[in-house]
Amino acid sequence: MTTLRVAIVDDHAMFRTGVRSEVDGVLDVVGEAEDVESAVALIAATTPDVVLLDVHMPGGGGIEVIRRLHVRHPDVRFLALSVSDAAEDVIGVIRAGARGYVTKNISGSELLDAITRVAAGDAVFSPRLAGFVLDAFAGTIEVAQVDEDLDRLTAREREVMRLIARGYAYKEVATELFISVKTVETHVSSVLRKLQLSSRHELTRWANDRRLI
Amino acid sequence: MTSYPYRRARRPADRRLVGGVATGLADHLGVPVLSVRLAFVVATWFQGVGVVAYLLLWRLLPLQRPELSPGLESATRRGLRGDGTRTGPTEIAQTVALGAIGVGVLLLIQATGRGLDDGLFGPLLVAVVGVAVVWRQLDDVAWGRWMRETRGWAFASRVAAGTGLVALAAIYLVTKEGGWGAAVSLASALVIAVLGLGLILGPWIVRLMGDLSDERRERVRSQERADVAAHLHDSVLQTLALLQKNAHDSAAVATLARRQERELRDWLYGNDERPGDSLLAALRSAAADVEDAHHVPVELISVGDVPLDDDMAALARAAREAMVNAAKHAGVDRIDVYAEADGRAAEVFVRDRGRGFDPGTIADDRMGVRASIVGRVERHGGTASIRSRPGEGTEVALRVPVRAPEPVPTEGPPS
Repeated sequence: MTTLRVAIVDDHAMFRTGVRSEVDGVLDVVGEAEDVESAVALIAATTPDVVLLDVHMPGGGGIEVIRRLHVRHPDVRFLALSVSDAAEDVIGVIRAGARGYVTKNISGSELLDAITRVAAGDAVFSPRLAGFVLDAFAGTIEVAQVDEDLDRLTAREREVMRLIARGYAYKEVATELFISVKTVETHVSSVLRKLQLSSRHELTRWANDRRLI
Repeated sequence: MTSYPYRRARRPADRRLVGGVATGLADHLGVPVLSVRLAFVVATWFQGVGVVAYLLLWRLLPLQRPELSPGLESATRRGLRGDGTRTGPTEIAQTVALGAIGVGVLLLIQATGRGLDDGLFGPLLVAVVGVAVVWRQLDDVAWGRWMRETRGWAFASRVAAGTGLVALAAIYLVTKEGGWGAAVSLASALVIAVLGLGLILGPWIVRLMGDLSDERRERVRSQERADVAAHLHDSVLQTLALLQKNAHDSAAVATLARRQERELRDWLYGNDERPGDSLLAALRSAAADVEDAHHVPVELISVGDVPLDDDMAALARAAREAMVNAAKHAGVDRIDVYAEADGRAAEVFVRDRGRGFDPGTIADDRMGVRASIVGRVERHGGTASIRSRPGEGTEVALRVPVRAPEPVPTEGPPS
């Protein structure tokens, strides 16, 4: 297997250095960028396999980077990485096309695992992201009318999401539900797809309602 | 659950095409925005009712800015977040198509001679577009800091274009009525000019008054925030001092850092809630206490929330007990807590990947589990189950039904 090529996009130099030292040797770090402009240039020039993308960044944030690159470079996969717990922004980046979200206090080995998964085309849902997603869909179901069946999670997908939110790893989810890890991955990917397709209107409503809670 | 005394329709500033009227109404009524737009277009075919209603609502519905936590607001100001949710190209295309059909049918009605007087129709159409352009511009200005941003090319040119359109309509109207005497045409021109000015400046004045109260509110809020920021900075300094003193004790350092992180995070991205407010708030404070006392990080994930009543307080206390047990006995470096609440029940799962134990033996040596977790939850009509096996960690699952809020508050729940 060839070494995965990774780009690190974050406006904090200290963090970039930290990540680089954690993954260097195992992965090939093709470059670093600190804002939207330099990130777009770097990624267009190097087309890495995976981009570690900060959610908040000068120039419009991670969401802007994905927006500008997603059409021209559909093969580049994005893994969102953030210290902010702002559900709106995390969901926003996921909806723009990132295939996963992890918090910055993730351990080195977990980060490597997440990068490998994203590179293989899987979705990486941390417990926190699973929580945000459930919240998003729950809020949606509460306010939406019946005609939005596509946007809903199936009972199985919900179960998978809940287990992930409870801190279960994919393998543990599989054991718990008597299904294969591959099936768990399929469910997670399908949740990701629904998230990226579901109507903007309702998720914004969710975001609005959420602030009122 | 959201509960507020009455709902007011607002025009969402962050996702609108023209005035945000249709989006605001759609949100308010809980219907798809496309059907609202369709209703406006269809209503316009009947003597222009749709356009009049739209313009009236535009004036009457307040513009709503999204309210953000301090961290997000600052990130927005510094351009770290993107401009939030943009209007999708599909929606724009749909609306343009809808508008085109609307205008098409209008022209058809005109052609059959059942519409307005031909001399009025054209200028009115132009005038409506002009008014829309100018009002939209004024909305956007109020949306930013209007004092500073009433300058610049784009602003000037768009206001000029809007005004020009309105003036064009007026002049057209006047020349159409060319048969009148000079005095009459001058008078009507004046009337139209004044009307036009009123249309253009009226909203500005109204908005200006609204802005002043906004500014006042904003000032009070920013003073409160400054106080909190000062307090936080103090506590950061304290923490840094403590970190230096305890540099040799890695567990203490981790706990100190984590506590500081939690405080900062709450302030930047959280809600300003107190432990007595809701189940989630109570769980947060329980998790914080456990972290501080036992030096084990607790990851709390939550979906939904309910107000804290006696039942939920019991649930929170049982969950806290479960966290304490995990922190004391499991020998792990992390505890996962997941809380989910909908209208019917609240569930809390406390999980660790530690030592585990044989649940059959807990009656003897762990009195705490039976009495303080299972018993406490069951007294409040809930269920508790403990899954554990030696070497495979422990998961405590708690579930308590949410009491329906319909009856008169019974046991003095916090309001």
